[in-house]
Amino acid sequence: MAKVSLKRLQKGKTGEKGSRDKFITLLLVVAVYGIVQLLVKTGHVSSLIQGLLVPMCVYSLVAIGLNLCVGFLGELSLGHAGFMCVGAFTGAFVSKVLRDSIGNDLVLFLVALLAGVAMAALFGFLIAIPVLRLKGDYLAIVTLAFGEIIKNIINVLYIAKDSNGYHAAFSDAKSMQLDEESTVWLINGAKGINRIANLSNFTIGIVLILLALIIVYNLVDSRSGRAIMAIRDNRIAAESVGLPITQYKLMTFTLSAAIAGAGGVLYAHNLSTVTATPTNFGYNMSILILVFVVLGGIGSLRGSMIAAVLLTLLPEVLRGMKDYRMLIYSIVLIAMMLFNWAPKSIAFRKQLAAKWKKQKTQEEA
Amino acid sequence: MRKCNKFISAVVASAMVLAMAGCGGSNETAPSQAAQSSQQEAQSSQAADNSGAANDGAATGGQFVIGGIGPMTGGAALYGLAAMHGAEIAVKEINANGGINGVQIVFLPEDDQHDAEKSVNAYNSLKDQGMQILMGCVTTTPCVAVADKTAVDGMFQITPSASSTDVIENDNVFQVCFTDPNQGVASAQYIADKKLATKIGIIYDSSDVYSSGIEATFVKQAETLGLEIVADEAFTADSKTDFSTQLQKCQSAGAELVFLPFYYTEASIVLTQANGMGYAPIFFGVDGMDGILGVENFDTKLAEGVYLLTPFAADATDAATVSFVKAYQDTYNETPIQFAADAYDAIYIIKAAIEQTGVTPDQSVEEIGNALKGVMPTLSVDGLTGAGMTWDASGAVSKAPMAVIIKDGAYASVQ
Repeated sequence: MAKVSLKRLQKGKTGEKGSRDKFITLLLVVAVYGIVQLLVKTGHVSSLIQGLLVPMCVYSLVAIGLNLCVGFLGELSLGHAGFMCVGAFTGAFVSKVLRDSIGNDLVLFLVALLAGVAMAALFGFLIAIPVLRLKGDYLAIVTLAFGEIIKNIINVLYIAKDSNGYHAAFSDAKSMQLDEESTVWLINGAKGINRIANLSNFTIGIVLILLALIIVYNLVDSRSGRAIMAIRDNRIAAESVGLPITQYKLMTFTLSAAIAGAGGVLYAHNLSTVTATPTNFGYNMSILILVFVVLGGIGSLRGSMIAAVLLTLLPEVLRGMKDYRMLIYSIVLIAMMLFNWAPKSIAFRKQLAAKWKKQKTQEEA
Repeated sequence: MRKCNKFISAVVASAMVLAMAGCGGSNETAPSQAAQSSQQEAQSSQAADNSGAANDGAATGGQFVIGGIGPMTGGAALYGLAAMHGAEIAVKEINANGGINGVQIVFLPEDDQHDAEKSVNAYNSLKDQGMQILMGCVTTTPCVAVADKTAVDGMFQITPSASSTDVIENDNVFQVCFTDPNQGVASAQYIADKKLATKIGIIYDSSDVYSSGIEATFVKQAETLGLEIVADEAFTADSKTDFSTQLQKCQSAGAELVFLPFYYTEASIVLTQANGMGYAPIFFGVDGMDGILGVENFDTKLAEGVYLLTPFAADATDAATVSFVKAYQDTYNETPIQFAADAYDAIYIIKAAIEQTGVTPDQSVEEIGNALKGVMPTLSVDGLTGAGMTWDASGAVSKAPMAVIIKDGAYASVQ
């Protein structure tokens, strides 16, 4: 896999096309973090926005993950909520089991994060083996099905601990014959995992985003990254020069799932309860993540982060509108999509920018 | 193009930051439904500062700000709306009668779409608006998430209808409704006592906390009471439009009574399909079934003879219920369901607790919370959903269960 180095990003300033752009994105994330922290410290941020900081990081992370898959690998996945779900449940499970043995919150979170990411990556890898034999629409449908399978399996999974040790069962909790007095539920079927420690915070979220950005940028700029994009642009040509297509596809899909899993771990430790319902880990969520990616620009990580933040913020800021807020949210979404991606609108923005630039040079002269 | 992209993203990013900063400010002045007075704003900005102590409320006289959270859009909207409407009627009555200890109350409802994450957002938004006491959440999963946030803030929380035992793990949360285990036990007990049937079929939603919770305790209790479970069939949230397989299994196993511990939307489909295949056992639901007569395009004749275990019947003849039902019908043009009554009771329970402790609106959220939760186990409140409701320190309510049967297109109490 690509070596993770900041040097390569900085080197890009004069060298590779677009690397400066990537560096700006990283700086932007750090700047937003600094400004928000300053505003929070000085008491200018409402509880609502403070509560939204972690979810915004979660969705940005997952959008980065999906953008790697859609933008660079060129494969449409509708199963990323499923990987998020795997990450969330694994992370929450691990932190619940180890809570008594690890006293330090940060260490506990890191262990949960590692477990969640590893499990999401494993699922990504396993799912990728059959799925990546398909292309385009077929692949999208199959990933969608996998996302639903993951959600449904978790809904019938029971794991509990009592005085006799750990018990697990599928679909039938009664078969575990728990000693009721000493039962501690770890995963309780549809009730999911309850009483999860609140370990997520904005700082951890931003650090995860930066890590994900650095990893993805380094991968994209590496030899492997160019191979991945070559496969996206022309599979036959790539194959004919001897690129191992399956290997690269597997690698990218796994990494993409792992990043989504990290988002899931962050999500689970922000709320005290995590359940696999159609609204939070169903295909609706997968499609919402895809909306972030498409609105922000396929292949533009910065764009998908901004889209994730805006679209998470929007329905909450519109709470004052009462019953109309979801309607306004949809209308704004359509307007934003048109403004960003309609050919006429792009041309208009170009014109405007050119004018602005001209004016500026005239002033300077 | 690249230049232009950069420019736009810079603008959007800065707008984003401004929006965040701006929201802190704009929320303070946002005219929320009932909170337009200047005192309100003073309190809200105080809350937005997150200092946790609204002690300059004294200078402004103050009022109690009670927040409500429930699903007002989406699949469970009927419950959230009913609860909010019920609470609003209680608030209006109390204010018209001079408030609590002479202090007026403001009720602020917020939507959570039956989602834990959205519910926490709603909670934070209410905090920005100066909420001191929370009446919510209406549904279980969101309530578990919010209960941990209120515990951190020390806020007093009473849920009208979130029935899982996970909801009341924290000592600041109290329930108006029965817990799920109690509902399952009470249903089995009722069926056995009244000898409604001995061969019982169950259809339940295994992907739903509420439904699977009741099913588990029902089965256990039924076994000890000697009722025979001949079919125990599950469905999930993704397959809740066709129940013919489950019904067929119940029919071929000879179930005389089918227990349906889930919500009314699915129940209306079950009843329609059972009618279509000519299967007519006794149907027995729990409080989620309440509302079935309000389902659009549903032939209410099919619900004739359906039993449901609910603590509230709109046709009850006691004075309190009659006046509540009348006020509800006059204002919202519908017959109230149990959720409305639960929320109505919740507001009166808050009133009783405040009167008992004598807390004032100028005290901090935490002071009010500590005082109220301390007094709850000593209270006994007569409400629409039960006379002499009492609470133990865990937060669970104790009151007598009541069964209702649907007769001539209306809910009627069974003696």
